[in-house]
Amino acid sequence: MTATTTPEARRTRTAGVDPVGTGFWSKAPVRMAVVLIAVAWSLPTVGVLISSFRSPNDINASGWWTVLVHPFETTWTFVNYQNVLTADGMFDAFVNSLIVTVPATVIPITMAAFAAYAFAWIDFPGRGILFAVVVGLLVVPLQMTLVPLLRTYNVLGITGSFAGTWLAHTGFGLPLAVYLLFNYISTLPRDIIESAAVDGASHFTTFTRLVLPLSMPALAAFAIFQFLWVWNDFLVALVFLGTDSEVAVLTARLNELVGSRGQDWHVLTAGAFVTMVVPVVVFLGLQRYFVRGLLAGSVKG
Amino acid sequence: MTAGTEDHRRRPGDRRPAGLVGAAASLMGLVVAFIGGYVFLTADAGPDRVMEWLYRTVGLDGQASAIASRGLDPLTSRLMIVVVALVLGVGGIWAFYIATNRLVDQFSARTARALRPWVFVGPAVAMLAFYLVFPGVGTIVRAATDDGGLIENLKFAFTDPDILTAWRNNVLWIVLGTAGSVVIGLAVATLVDRVKREALAKTFVFLPLAISMVGAAVIWRFIYYWRPPGEEQIGLLNAVLTGIGKDPTPFFQTPLVNTLSLIVVMVWLQTGFAMVILSAAIKAVPTELVEAARIDGASEPQTFFRVVLPSIRGAVLTVTTTILIAILKVFDIVFVTTGGRFESDVIANRMFQEMIRFRHFGRASMLAVALLVVVVPMMIINVRNLRRQGIGA
Repeated sequence: MTATTTPEARRTRTAGVDPVGTGFWSKAPVRMAVVLIAVAWSLPTVGVLISSFRSPNDINASGWWTVLVHPFETTWTFVNYQNVLTADGMFDAFVNSLIVTVPATVIPITMAAFAAYAFAWIDFPGRGILFAVVVGLLVVPLQMTLVPLLRTYNVLGITGSFAGTWLAHTGFGLPLAVYLLFNYISTLPRDIIESAAVDGASHFTTFTRLVLPLSMPALAAFAIFQFLWVWNDFLVALVFLGTDSEVAVLTARLNELVGSRGQDWHVLTAGAFVTMVVPVVVFLGLQRYFVRGLLAGSVKG
Repeated sequence: MTAGTEDHRRRPGDRRPAGLVGAAASLMGLVVAFIGGYVFLTADAGPDRVMEWLYRTVGLDGQASAIASRGLDPLTSRLMIVVVALVLGVGGIWAFYIATNRLVDQFSARTARALRPWVFVGPAVAMLAFYLVFPGVGTIVRAATDDGGLIENLKFAFTDPDILTAWRNNVLWIVLGTAGSVVIGLAVATLVDRVKREALAKTFVFLPLAISMVGAAVIWRFIYYWRPPGEEQIGLLNAVLTGIGKDPTPFFQTPLVNTLSLIVVMVWLQTGFAMVILSAAIKAVPTELVEAARIDGASEPQTFFRVVLPSIRGAVLTVTTTILIAILKVFDIVFVTTGGRFESDVIANRMFQEMIRFRHFGRASMLAVALLVVVVPMMIINVRNLRRQGIGA
């Protein structure tokens, strides 16, 4: 039932019989294929990264790949980043993304964890049906909700507000969050939960002192998932938050730049990297949790 | 499933609950704080006014008028918004649960026991009702009533020439995009299993998963960038084309070519997901099974297709349906690159355009319903499949 069997399986596998043989040459085609794929997959990003540090004139005069051969014949510069962060408003957009993303990650996780605990460990009438409905809502595409919500938001006057956007992300993220956290919380040992109750702990105390700390792996996995989802989201931000520079998030701002400065690659390449930097760092740093989250959502380990 | 009944005896170590008045006051305070913070975040120049008021209250009138006339410096203003937003958003939600829980403590043990579950599930259920259930029903109603009614909207969604092009493109996206991601993902998962530095190789393929579709669209727009023949091509693909003596292709302006080009972007993004899930599944195939096949004289391809692939069937199905749903809803990539022009439109983009640009809410709703109808069977397959495998976290 747990994904933790995976590392063990890997170890026995590599310690076992070499599937292809031990010779260098018999492995060469596989190695070359892997290297080729790795290069092909990084090439688009590398091109943008290199270009973002070249002067505008150089970007337009020669392809970025020429610097791989002649690295010193191009003018390397940070000016593109300076301009894109200040004049093109990417710094403000970065801050806005932060304002949107952190609460839009914490709120749904908190709500989902409370709900998942109740679904797993508190007996109340209608529990089964309610849980089935919550999980069933996984099928609803975001698009199904936009038209009526847009109208409601306009009536309430919360279109273009950060708080409205947090709540929208919360609503859309909840079904998956409840589902994943329930799967984890419901498998916690019954003894622990029951002995807490015997010791006089209320449900609230059991939840905050016991269940939450024990559920850290699942919480972390979903947190990273939701964080990346919200940071990279464009549709929800576009509909509920809009493109005013006061509130526009990175994806919305980058899209504006494509529209207004579509040929200025020194702007677009640096801009693209500003949007990528946080998710890539989070992703590389916490890859283990993220993979666990993906696995939790998809296959048994 | 349950931990039994709630124990309401209080132990000496337990904090005593605040009185009913205290709980109600904390709830009220919370509401006021939330409204105040909300006004602060939405009102024009909120931070300016707050700082001005603050300075005036402590008697620094000079500072206050300075802010009133020149405004707060942008960085301070931004930082204030960040801090308030984080405190409000993150602290607010916890304060809310603590306050409602305290409130329930005030009732008799019996009532409290009945109410307690709703303190836990209530907010989530309310959010889901507000954000998914009611709007979902609303969309169905609108699809049947707005813009000339059900028949007109159906006619639009399934006979309009532009929409038919979008549907055709969606089919291409689904078939080629899903197949591309899953097949390449499976190939990479199988290959990296046999080399050293497996984790490193995987990271390269996996990394695009962290990039937004808007970012990916910009990255690939650069790869596909086109300039008229004779000019220096700075887009990689057109440079290659001119390098081998062909004319540069305006990828995004050429019908069908643009759709195929954009599908490549999606495959680039999704392959990493397929690879990670399938790689884990492959590693979970019992080693004895694979070795037994080899000892019996099965070749590498035979082992793969007859032993490994059947064992990871469930994972392949999950990956396929998950990617398929993601592709069905694809919007950002098309919106940012071609905007749906040159016959490259897809349903999700068209839905957005009908909603935001043309304000045809009935048509937009009908397209959304169409998406739902296609997604539901996929989701059912997915959930059933997960359940069959035993869900683990």
